[in-house]
Amino acid sequence: MPAIRLDDLTLGYDRHPAVHHLSGEIAAGSLTAIVGPNGAGKSTLLKAIAGALTPLDGRLTLARGKRLAYLPQSAELDRSFPIHVYDLVAMGLWGKAGIFGRIGMGVRTRIEDAITAVGLTGFERRPIGNLSGGQMQRALFARLLLQDADIILLDEPFTAIDARTTADLLALVQRWHGEARTVVAVLHDIETVKRAFPETLLLAREAVAWGATNDVLTPENQLKARRMVEAFDSHAPACDRDAA
Amino acid sequence: MLHDILIGPFAEFDFMRRALVGVFALAVSGAPIGVFLMLRRMSLTGDAMAHAILPGAAIGYLVAGFSLPAMTIGGLVAGFAVALAAGAVARLTVMKEDASLAAFYLISLALGVTIVSLRGSAVDLFHVLFGNVLALDNDVLLLLSSVATLTLVMLALVYRPLVLECVDPGFLRSVSRSGGVVHLTFLGLVVLNLVAGFHALGTLLAVGLMMLPAAAARFWTADITRLILLASGFGILSGYAGLVVSYSAGSNLPAGPAVILSAGALYLGSLLFGTQGGLARRLLPRSHLQR
Repeated sequence: MPAIRLDDLTLGYDRHPAVHHLSGEIAAGSLTAIVGPNGAGKSTLLKAIAGALTPLDGRLTLARGKRLAYLPQSAELDRSFPIHVYDLVAMGLWGKAGIFGRIGMGVRTRIEDAITAVGLTGFERRPIGNLSGGQMQRALFARLLLQDADIILLDEPFTAIDARTTADLLALVQRWHGEARTVVAVLHDIETVKRAFPETLLLAREAVAWGATNDVLTPENQLKARRMVEAFDSHAPACDRDAA
Repeated sequence: MLHDILIGPFAEFDFMRRALVGVFALAVSGAPIGVFLMLRRMSLTGDAMAHAILPGAAIGYLVAGFSLPAMTIGGLVAGFAVALAAGAVARLTVMKEDASLAAFYLISLALGVTIVSLRGSAVDLFHVLFGNVLALDNDVLLLLSSVATLTLVMLALVYRPLVLECVDPGFLRSVSRSGGVVHLTFLGLVVLNLVAGFHALGTLLAVGLMMLPAAAARFWTADITRLILLASGFGILSGYAGLVVSYSAGSNLPAGPAVILSAGALYLGSLLFGTQGGLARRLLPRSHLQR
């Protein structure tokens, strides 16, 4: 039973396709990287899987009854809002506590554990506006930890973040993988992908290659992906490929 | 002597006690609303909506004179209509929401003043624009306290998603569908408080007891809970101080503007001396070792 299944999926904005006729499966418990040149539709695909974008065509099916967590690339997060790191992290409990649920003692321990796990101990009472980019990303990962999701979607989680933070957060991703959660991450750094992600989807508006990372990330495939994005006419009608 | 100034007016006169209860009710419910308006960068929206209720209240006045139910219902209908219309115009046309709100409120204000002038005198117009906090009868007080009660209960109910929607709307969308409902509930509370404020402070100043205490409190704390408590405290303080000052000044200083001026003084003081980004802190040179 795959965690995510794509059937001839076409995605886009204002009827201009950004991802074209994509079919395939992401196995439950797999750790998949989505890579590709700028404008390849990586973020668009993740957004659609998260349910924040309705497909133009085709189907996207998620395994039933699975909880999903999504960390967008540039969260619409208002960092000037007067709230503490602790409360930001605690938001991850929404799925359990909802609008009225009590945040009891047991739950508080879990919040503190999550903050410790991302190395932000001592920062609980800091306003989020005082955090550096890396610390902010750590806090958002702590929130993800509390969401306790079966499917975790990360959009460029390590962009503009120092090496030490990247290593720490990557270790969390590995931990999720070890716990048999399904993780899908959009990444830019090919070395990270080769080192840590067993599966890769190389995307250039459509799938260039999809499978075991070593088979996918060949120099030929990467060159092909770059050429495909450059040649792509984003104003083409949605189903011109079949006609051409 | 001090007793005569600070407590005397309220011990002596019924209308002063009523005014005090009225501004307290407005402060307690308006300040938290103001805090969220400010944090959602909707301060001007609040102002625009305050003007927008005028034609509705004016039509109520035209139909039934100074009738509380007629003017309240008219104000509520107009306030909701403009809030929704401005949102729709922003979504459906090239106009940004602030510009469309400005357009709507200018039209509303002119329309409201025209409608009141059709029937009433300059005194009536003055009453509508600036309210009369010293003439609150039982019905108005009941309205103000009901609005305050409803506001606090509703805020308590939607508090969690409301904060979440301010901090990280994308996250709220990913975990819950309550965002839209919460936003509408909040807009409803804004209109409700503006209509309540309208009866005591008039259409032009109603928003003052919302925004000024909230803006002043922001200079003292970076914690949402304390922000709300402090804003309510500032609101209550300005209500009380305004009434005392206005009473001491005799008939020269109308009470409504005095209340708003007190809130304004608190704001200016906070702006200068506030510990969170106040001017003095910014401008005074200090060693980087002591903080």
